Parts: sequence; structure tokens; C-alpha cells
Amino acid sequence: MDESARPISRLFSRLWPVSFRGATLALVFLAISCLLSSALFAQDWVKTGTSLGVAKVRLAVPDFKASTGDPQNAALLKTFNDTLWNDLDVSGVVELVSKSFYPLQVPGQPPEVNFLAWNAPPPDAAMLAFGSLGVAAGRLTVQGWLYDVKNQQSPQVLGKQYSDTSSDAAARVMAHKFADEIIFRLGGGITGIAETQIYFVSDRSGHKEIWAMDYDGSNQHQITHLGSISLAPRVSPDGSRIAFSSLTKSGWEIMMFSLDLNRAVTFPHMGGTNLSPAWSGDGTKLAFSSSRGGEPEIYVSDASGGNLHRMTTAKGPDVSPVWNRKTNAQIAFVSGRTGLPQIYTMEADGTNQQRMTDQGYAVSPNWAPNGQFLTFAWVRKYGPGEPGASDLYLMDIASKQWVQLTHDGGRNDFPSWSPDGRHIVFQSSRSGKEEIWTMLADGTKVQQLTFAGRNTQPNWSWK
Amino acid sequence: MKQQSIKWSLLIVALGAVLALSACGKKKEPPPPPPPPAPPAPTASISVSPNSIQAGQSASLTWQTSNATDVSIDGIGAVQPNGSQSVSPTDSTTYHLIAKGSGGSQEATARLTVTQPPPPPPPPTPTVTDEDLFSQNIKDVYFDYDKSDIRGDQQSSIQADVQFLNAHANISLTIEGHCDERGSTDYNLALGDQRASAVKNALTAGGISASRIKTISYGKEKPFCTESNEACWQQNRRGHLVYQK
Repeated sequence: MDESARPISRLFSRLWPVSFRGATLALVFLAISCLLSSALFAQDWVKTGTSLGVAKVRLAVPDFKASTGDPQNAALLKTFNDTLWNDLDVSGVVELVSKSFYPLQVPGQPPEVNFLAWNAPPPDAAMLAFGSLGVAAGRLTVQGWLYDVKNQQSPQVLGKQYSDTSSDAAARVMAHKFADEIIFRLGGGITGIAETQIYFVSDRSGHKEIWAMDYDGSNQHQITHLGSISLAPRVSPDGSRIAFSSLTKSGWEIMMFSLDLNRAVTFPHMGGTNLSPAWSGDGTKLAFSSSRGGEPEIYVSDASGGNLHRMTTAKGPDVSPVWNRKTNAQIAFVSGRTGLPQIYTMEADGTNQQRMTDQGYAVSPNWAPNGQFLTFAWVRKYGPGEPGASDLYLMDIASKQWVQLTHDGGRNDFPSWSPDGRHIVFQSSRSGKEEIWTMLADGTKVQQLTFAGRNTQPNWSWK
Repeated sequence: MKQQSIKWSLLIVALGAVLALSACGKKKEPPPPPPPPAPPAPTASISVSPNSIQAGQSASLTWQTSNATDVSIDGIGAVQPNGSQSVSPTDSTTYHLIAKGSGGSQEATARLTVTQPPPPPPPPTPTVTDEDLFSQNIKDVYFDYDKSDIRGDQQSSIQADVQFLNAHANISLTIEGHCDERGSTDYNLALGDQRASAVKNALTAGGISASRIKTISYGKEKPFCTESNEACWQQNRRGHLVYQK
């Protein structure tokens, strides 16, 4: 139908130099571009890694050592070391040197660093992150360093000390902070995501409620206790509120939960079925779907719910709006105006509505932080005799060219970008039931975050 | 020889006389022939207590007879000469007792009046009836995949619903829009909203006041059937009409 919507091919590489201008641009672009140099025709299978041809920094991260004799140290060290390793591993920014290559003596303090043991094979590391952890008088203190082990004259890239009341959570936070510092320095200024949150829907309490967890799946906790059905949580850009849709006595309404006050706060009832709220990047507006006028259409209101404007008028359901968070000038949404749902974009005032997908069943758009890509869930080969799988796709909005991100089975839906533009959290049934997974935006480093109950509709915090 | 035959004759005569005498003597003792000791005529009575019940209740039927060998009650059959039993007819009944004996037969009757119970506790009556009628007459409306227009084969359901709702103007209802498990949560909620609206519009087009109809979408949140096959999916793609208390 739309001839410009086609799999990414060599054409895409023409876009590359333009898109690559931003110094901190997503790794995904590197991944795709490199892939494209060899992909000549309709190529929708992306697997990247060392084949990227982009040399990542080889980073060695020996386990931190105990600096005191406190009996709590062992458990906290395990939490810290596991969290730090995982953060750096899934970041996609560095190549972690396998621990089996490490020398027997690992440093806990700068004087203990044996440069030759690290900068030559077998570790052949360029960078070394090391340090110590200890509990004293109930306080946990972590000291960490990042060393450029090929530069013996002035090796220290980073030196950090963290201290807080001793707890497992504190050890995890310190590991996240240290990981983000390393990623910031080795990733060309990319802000780390180790302290970000993921909001999602879980039925593990018996009802579909809004839950939250750390980006790596730890610290899962229930936010709402409404005992109804709550869906589609979207956290505000400043992280203070969650907008979501809930089944109330008067039907599906947008609700607002204050994370500062830890309770629901007033939001006007609109009437009709109100679904899938989305924040503008500046946090001043909400877009959502409402059937208050009869048909489910896209509306935009102030963050308070006032100043309501209808953006669409087409027959057929219009749902799942999402702002271009970079420009706040465009909204992507889903419309069934021509039959099966397709992805559309429009200006934030409702003009210039354009269809982006040309076939199948396309839903759940999410805009990459750089404003150039949409990810969405697509059953591309939908039709009789072609059951098709619901997979995640990435589309360049300027060219409408796309690439398939998931290939591992199950129904994949509700992609949501991490604030650094390098990760995507999504819902997948590949394990047998709906759970939350994350991956790098090129489809690698896939990790399952939830295991209890059914967990759906993840939303990654903005910072 | 002659003397001897006379002797024999005398003897015979004498014997005959004796026989005759003895026979005649017996006959004479109860002088008038009291006709076969006239078996006494049977007596019979029957009563029922109480003599008026409501359907479903029971009453005690009691009867006495005498001089009867064959006692029966219509509708019950042969019974003991004296007895009682509990009865719970659904309609008013006359119990007809016949006692037959050698002395004749005697009849007796008792009437038990059965009244129909007052329409059971008034409050439930109207609501239960309406709700029952609703569930007996109202038909859900089924949809094609990803569609919210009323299918041709569902028009008869719409007509039946319109007819019933026109005839029961006091009934209000909620139309629930449901979808099958395929596709996305949010889109299915919007689709379910459209299905509920489509049924509502069809009913209002048939003259049903929109004020009697609420709509709600459940998308794929509350399926009727949870298997992954077309038969089950069809069950879930529907406008479900629910009686509004």
C-alpha cells in the first residue's frame, strides 16, 4: 500500500552519515549500519556482536574485595559484584573480559594493581575496574576505580567512594552508580541507565496492578492496590507520577498516581473508554485514547486533564498514542481506520496524519529518545494460513524503512525505550507466558526480568 | 318267613321314624328361620384435617370403618379398614371412601380444598421474573475478527433483543464488548468499545432508548473461553448483554 515502507536495505546506508551526526547516537545505529554494509536485499534478521567490526573497549572487572572483617561483607559483595557485572554486560558499551583470564591476584586498592598482569594476554584488557567493599559500624562503604591499564603513567580514569547505611539495596544502588560512571566514560558520554526504573502491569496479586522494578529486574514491588484492572502505566518525564488506565465504576478512566505521595491523585473522569495515556517529553501534556465522543479517538489534554482537544476523527479505533519525546512535535498512534490496526504519525496538533506501516497488524508504537525511530509490535504476515508471529520492529520514520528486532518466538509486544536509547524493554510470551524482557536495541543481550505471574506493558522511566 | 319280613318292615319303619323324628326335632329348635344372621351393615367415615391447604402443603386423611371387608379410597386404592395417611394433592380433591362388607357397602367422602400459594414473596417476583425473562430472551451478538459491524447472521439476534426490550420498557441493560485473545491489549479494549457501541446503536435504531443502555469494553480481559482456537475465539468476540439491576 505504501511503497516507501520496506525492509531496510542498502538505501538505509545513505541515511547513516546524516543520522550519525549526534556524538552520543544509539549503538543501534552502528549495529544496523554495519549490518547493512553486507545486507543487500530484504534483510530483516539482525544479529550483531563481535561481528560488528566496531572494537569495544576490553574491560576487566575482577570481584571487589572485602575491606573490613564484618560478617555482612560476603553477602553484600555478592550483590555488588553481580549487579556491577550485569550492568556493564548488558550495557553493550564494553566487552567484558572473561574472569577465567584474570590473574590469581586481583587488586582491591590502587597499589595492588599489577599492570602487566592485566594489559597483556590472556586478559589483554584496556581497562580495569576494581575496588573494595566493607561494612563498619553499620555503614557500607565502597571504593571503586577505573584504570587505563595501558597507561601506566597516569592510569586513573575514575575513582569513586560511596557510603550509606548497610543494606542489600544500598549495595545494589552503589553498583548501579559505579556502573553508570564507567559507561559514561567508556561509552562516549552516554548516560547510564543502571538507576532507571521499569513500570509494568502484573497479575501476581490476583488483580492486574501497576508494579515497578529496577531496570535489571531486581526490587520488584507493587504500586497500586485497586483490586480492579489497571493497564498501560506511563511514568512522567520527571519520574514523579504514573498515568495509567483503570477499570472504575464508571468505566475505563485515566488515573494518576503520585510516586511522591504514594497515592492516587485526582484526574478528571472523561466518560467513555479511556486508554493508554502518554506523556509529552516536557511533561506538560498527556495524549490518550477516549471514546467519550462515540468512537475511540486520540485526545490531548494538559497534565492535569484540562484543556482537552480531540486530535483524530477517523472511523475505527484510534489508540496507543506516543509523543516524539525529542521534539514534542509529533505523535505516533495506532488506527484501525482501514481495517487491521496500523501505525500512523501526525503533528501534535492533529494535522498531517500519515500511515507508516503497509500491511499486517501493527500496534504499540514507542518513539526512540533520538526522535528518529519508532519501535512497534507487528504481525507482518497476517492473513489466512499465515498465522505470523508478533515481533518487534524498528522503523526509521523519515524513510519508513524497517528492521526486525525479535526472532525468538512468542508474542512480543509493548516495546519501550531506555532513556539512553540503547535498550528496549518489552513483553514476550516466548517463555510460555507473558513476561518482561529487555534487550539491546539491536536485538542482542536478551534478558528475562520477571518470572512470577503474568507481567505486561512495561514502560521505561525517562531517567 | 312271613313273620320275619314283618319284623324287617317294622324295623325299617321304626328306623325311619327315628330318623324322621330326629330330623324334625332339629328343625323345630330355632323356630322362625332367622334369615342368614343378617351380617351387620358396614359403617364408614372419613375426614381430612385440615380441610384446606395450600399447594405443596399436606393434610392428614383419617378414616374408620366397621363391618367392612373391602375398603378403598378413590385415587388411593385399597386401604386398611381403619387408618390415616398424609396427602398433598396439588388440586382440590374429594376423597371417596367405599367400605364393602357382607352387610352391604357404605360410602363416605371428605373434601380437601387446595388453594394455590400466594405468588411467593412479592419482592423477588418482579425482578426475578424480569431477569429470568431477560436471560431467556436476550441474545448476545457475535462479531468477526477485528470487526465491529453487525454481521448479517446476527440481525435476528438484534431483532429478538429489540422486540424483547420494547416489550419490557422497564428493563435497563449493560452491553459488554469482548474480544478474542489475539492482538494487543489496548487495541482490543478500543475494539471492544466499538463492538459494544455497535450493538447499542443497533438497539437504539430499533427504538430502544439510549438512556436504558450502558456500554463497557472488556477487550480481552474477561474471556468466556480460554482455548486458542477459532471456536473459542468466536465465543469471545461478542457483545454480551447483561441485565441491569
